[in-house]
Amino acid sequence: MAGFLRTEAGKGLALSAPASLYVGLLVAAPLGILVAYSFWTQTYVEVDRTLTWANYLEAATDPLVRHLMLRSIAIAGAVTAATVALAYPIAYFIAFRTRKKTLWLLLITIPFWSSYLLRVFSWKLILGFNGVMNSALLSLGLIDEPLTFLLYNEFAVVLTLAHAWAPFAILPIYVSLQKIDRALLEAATDLGCSKLERFCRVTLPLSVPGIIAGSLIIFIPTVGDYVTPSLVGGSQGKMVANLIQVQFGPANNWPLGATLSLAAMAAVGCVALLFVILATALGRRIR
Amino acid sequence: MSKPVRFPWLLAYAVAYLAFLYLPVLLLPLFSFNDGTIVAFPMKGFTLKWYAQLGAQDTLLQAMANSLIVGAVTALVATSLGLFAARAYVRYRFKGRELSEGLVMLPLVIPGIIVASSMLVLFISLGLKPSLTTVILGHVFVALPFAVSIMKSAFDDFDQSLEEAAFDLGESVIGTFRRVTLPIVAPGIVASLLVTFTVSFDEFVLAFFLSGNQPTLPVYIWSQIRFPAKLPNTLALGSLLLLASVLLLLTAEYFRRRSTKSAATSA
Repeated sequence: MAGFLRTEAGKGLALSAPASLYVGLLVAAPLGILVAYSFWTQTYVEVDRTLTWANYLEAATDPLVRHLMLRSIAIAGAVTAATVALAYPIAYFIAFRTRKKTLWLLLITIPFWSSYLLRVFSWKLILGFNGVMNSALLSLGLIDEPLTFLLYNEFAVVLTLAHAWAPFAILPIYVSLQKIDRALLEAATDLGCSKLERFCRVTLPLSVPGIIAGSLIIFIPTVGDYVTPSLVGGSQGKMVANLIQVQFGPANNWPLGATLSLAAMAAVGCVALLFVILATALGRRIR
Repeated sequence: MSKPVRFPWLLAYAVAYLAFLYLPVLLLPLFSFNDGTIVAFPMKGFTLKWYAQLGAQDTLLQAMANSLIVGAVTALVATSLGLFAARAYVRYRFKGRELSEGLVMLPLVIPGIIVASSMLVLFISLGLKPSLTTVILGHVFVALPFAVSIMKSAFDDFDQSLEEAAFDLGESVIGTFRRVTLPIVAPGIVASLLVTFTVSFDEFVLAFFLSGNQPTLPVYIWSQIRFPAKLPNTLALGSLLLLASVLLLLTAEYFRRRSTKSAATSA
């Protein structure tokens, strides 16, 4: 044992073990218990530990569950698409069109470090009936009465999340653009590519890994976001996390909550996997 | 003939994008000085009273104390775990290294609600009541990836021959770590402490599920933002938090840069 600890492998394992054991235990143990709970049922105050598929049956057949699950995936997909599309030009700008890269990166990350809760809440104040946007438009005389379609719907959720997750799209795309060998771009120009052609056939394909990474980092946590749908979503914008919270809180039905958590995780995993497969296939085709 | 001046569209876009990023963030301080309870234009008048009221709110101060305790313990534990793990990942080649690295990064990509609900179920099953302890256990989990990646970049620029020289000169393993390795990566450690503290200080969903009757600051804010009458106070509190996190971030950035600079000069 002492001999093993002096080898390279031994030292590496010994040093990394506390961290990986911590994460490993806190991933595996709760999952195991969540799975166990998902097969139990809630009677009035007690948990009935007779194994049953009832929760899965309920989760699979309840139209509300299906509706919220699909809506969560759709909203997360829209957020991912919007965030990446908005982020790409700025990542491109920082990588190719400015020398003050560090300054720009810092400027982009600063808002991200302010309170997430208050940033989301701020959008509620901007988009609300008596909010900043409406009062500004009214006092400029552009509208006669407050717009009501701004807040409490999917649009507000997508906008707020696209704001909250912006750095997570910009940074990976910037990194992949920054890695591109500038000689390739010169070669493309020398071989007669127009600027647009050069972008479509060299720059864009080479930045696909950054786009994939950014998309996954945004999509996965967004599906399970709780704060944004509860603050700006209204009844049209509720997502699966809100339903899970209700089961663990007010409804006090932990077994069903556990089942929903597992179902959400499975759904996230499937969509993410599908996305990776599609994106790598696409990346190969462009190349 | 001079070339026609090209309008820099990308620069214009980048500036507009920054405005979009900062709009909701700067709204808080702007309206925190507003002498009225409604967040709308035109603003009423300038006042500092919302700030003055903050100091008298006991539940707020208690929540702040809770967050400081949780943040400090989380930062210390996550950075210690991250320090050793990052050292192993950068320095040693061993079986299971990639698996272990993937594992410690996993918390970044599990939706918060799933982490929160599953930890609640685990802790209750183990007989651990929701408290600051359970919040800390959860926060270390989510802060660890940040600590590991910061410490990895600190070790990445680290010159191995310095340690070898110390060994050759008769220093022990622990002595080398304490007298050579630690001072060089110290700026990275400070950056990691600050970032993990900030991550913990801002984390809401886990604390919402796990804090029981010991709310952290975000949980307290959550309980306040439903009441319109409390709005100006919340804005004032939010502005102070914004100021604090910007200061912390700039400090972390300063130490991170010093860490890469000292590594560059020692190499």
